[in-house]
Amino acid sequence: MDHDTLVAFSKSWGLFYLIAFAIGVCVYAFWPSNRKMFDDAKKNILDRDDTPWQ
Amino acid sequence: MITELTSSERQYAAVILVVMAMVGVAMAALGRSDPFGVHGVIVLVYSVGLLFLVLSSFYAPEPRTDRQASYYDDPIKVGIALSMAWAVFGMFMGVWIAAQLAWPTLAFDAAWSTFGRLRPTHTTGVIFGFGGNALIATSFHVVQRTSRARLAGQISPWFVLLGFNLFCILAVTGYVMGVTQSKEYAEAEWYADLWLVVVWVTYFILYLRTLARRKEPHIYVANWYYMAFIVVVAILHIVNNLAVPVSIGHAKSYTIWAGVQDAMVQWWYGHNAVAFFLTSGFLGMMYYYLPKRAGRPIFSYRLSILSFWGITFFYMWAGSHHLHYTALPHWVQNLGMTFSVMLLVPSWASAGNALLTLNGAWHKVRDDATLRFMMVAAVFYGLSTFEGSFLAIRPVNSLSHYTDWTIGHVHAGALGWVAFITFGSLYTLVPALWKRDAMHSAALVEVHFWLALAGTLIYVFAMWNSGIIQGLMWRTYTEDGTLAYSFVDSLIAMYPYYIARAFGGLLFLLGALVACYNIWMTARATPLIAGSQLDLPDRRPATGTAPSPAE
Repeated sequence: MDHDTLVAFSKSWGLFYLIAFAIGVCVYAFWPSNRKMFDDAKKNILDRDDTPWQ
Repeated sequence: MITELTSSERQYAAVILVVMAMVGVAMAALGRSDPFGVHGVIVLVYSVGLLFLVLSSFYAPEPRTDRQASYYDDPIKVGIALSMAWAVFGMFMGVWIAAQLAWPTLAFDAAWSTFGRLRPTHTTGVIFGFGGNALIATSFHVVQRTSRARLAGQISPWFVLLGFNLFCILAVTGYVMGVTQSKEYAEAEWYADLWLVVVWVTYFILYLRTLARRKEPHIYVANWYYMAFIVVVAILHIVNNLAVPVSIGHAKSYTIWAGVQDAMVQWWYGHNAVAFFLTSGFLGMMYYYLPKRAGRPIFSYRLSILSFWGITFFYMWAGSHHLHYTALPHWVQNLGMTFSVMLLVPSWASAGNALLTLNGAWHKVRDDATLRFMMVAAVFYGLSTFEGSFLAIRPVNSLSHYTDWTIGHVHAGALGWVAFITFGSLYTLVPALWKRDAMHSAALVEVHFWLALAGTLIYVFAMWNSGIIQGLMWRTYTEDGTLAYSFVDSLIAMYPYYIARAFGGLLFLLGALVACYNIWMTARATPLIAGSQLDLPDRRPATGTAPSPAE
């Protein structure tokens, strides 16, 4: 594999997988049914935390 | 501490330490008078010292059988103490070498105390010693509290914490003997690097196993940041430190990378050490301790997810901005520059998320110096990430590179962001861990805050001035087309700024000493809650006075 092949690969697939990943993350963050899980997560850390749950 | 281990766990601990001591003996025998041999003796002394501690309580009564019903806080407490000890050491070395730049005679004409050898003791002391121990301690706390589960190991947390400190000791003692790989932030030699791999993989497995035990269905975002810190630092460390030692009994090694590839691998490592050691883990601290202290949930959880993935994937590409105007291919420089500018988006998303969490609670920020530490940290995080994106632009870099502007930028991040969020987190964590209502003295937290803020501002402004003056003097031409200033001219112009920088650093060090005293007094001097016992200050009264759902 020479330098030009590597450059072509990174300039095309590097772009595609980053954009695909960005879309995936946005879908996960804004998926309506995830809202409750996220709201619980950010509120639950403020609860009492003196012992582990069994 | 040891009494919390069962007798079979004490045996395991003793076996590990005996094996380590034997490795130390073998290193000493192979290395003889080489620094490798000296490090063998250090490994031996460290292991035997810990072995003595284990054996002194070897036949103590067995611990309670319901350990799973409580969190494992002993390693966190020791981690905080080690972190503060390294802070004082690392910041003292920083003040010393800053003073050496103003007054070179402070090197005392000895080889070990020259700037080149002491400078890595400062960087390793503050980044790995202070920052690393604080990250390990807070990660053990955050993962247990947010998972509602005890750490998934009795010995492994100690192995991680004490093994990491052995690495730091080997690194720092090596530098004064002249041992170095000549790679910034990766100066420690091959045997210390191998040891760190063992420690770090144990850390990773411990963290994963604890998360697997979680009772909370969702993994809180702070844990994602800590996981990114652990995973990426392992990858960076292994790839950048691939090296062949000259012989098995010799400290010196040669890297397998050559030329411009070596430079690229080093700065891929170096910049991601900033990203994943000095940013990701500390963002984990911020996302837990800031909402906790403010008593308000994070402003937007969705934004925290978006900025997490943004930071994780953008930072990986930014390292080549350290190599502008070098033999590195132009397109790789452009790539690093572009990603560095894009990084501003997820960085400001995190900083904004933190400040918007405080929006509506500014009276708390005004009254509580601990929360103010974290607020200032978020502001400095925003400022230094903006500055970082700016400095990564090639024409800007032509002015700033190799000047004190870089040092000013690093310290805006390291003092203003990393140290401030750490102190804010520790002031939140320490009273909770030792079961106190508050720190020993709120006034001393206030004193520390103003010392740290004044020190940071003096330091950063001195270096901005000095750096821009340096950069301009180096590129000023006369009408004849020759350089207007010699290098020594620019050096003389730096003199007042170097004095100011040493003074700013001194203020910051004094603040850390105040913090040590305050933390010590919180842990020891305040009367313990009645009924507690030596070495077990928290468990029994906590479960006794406040029955948990488990009981």
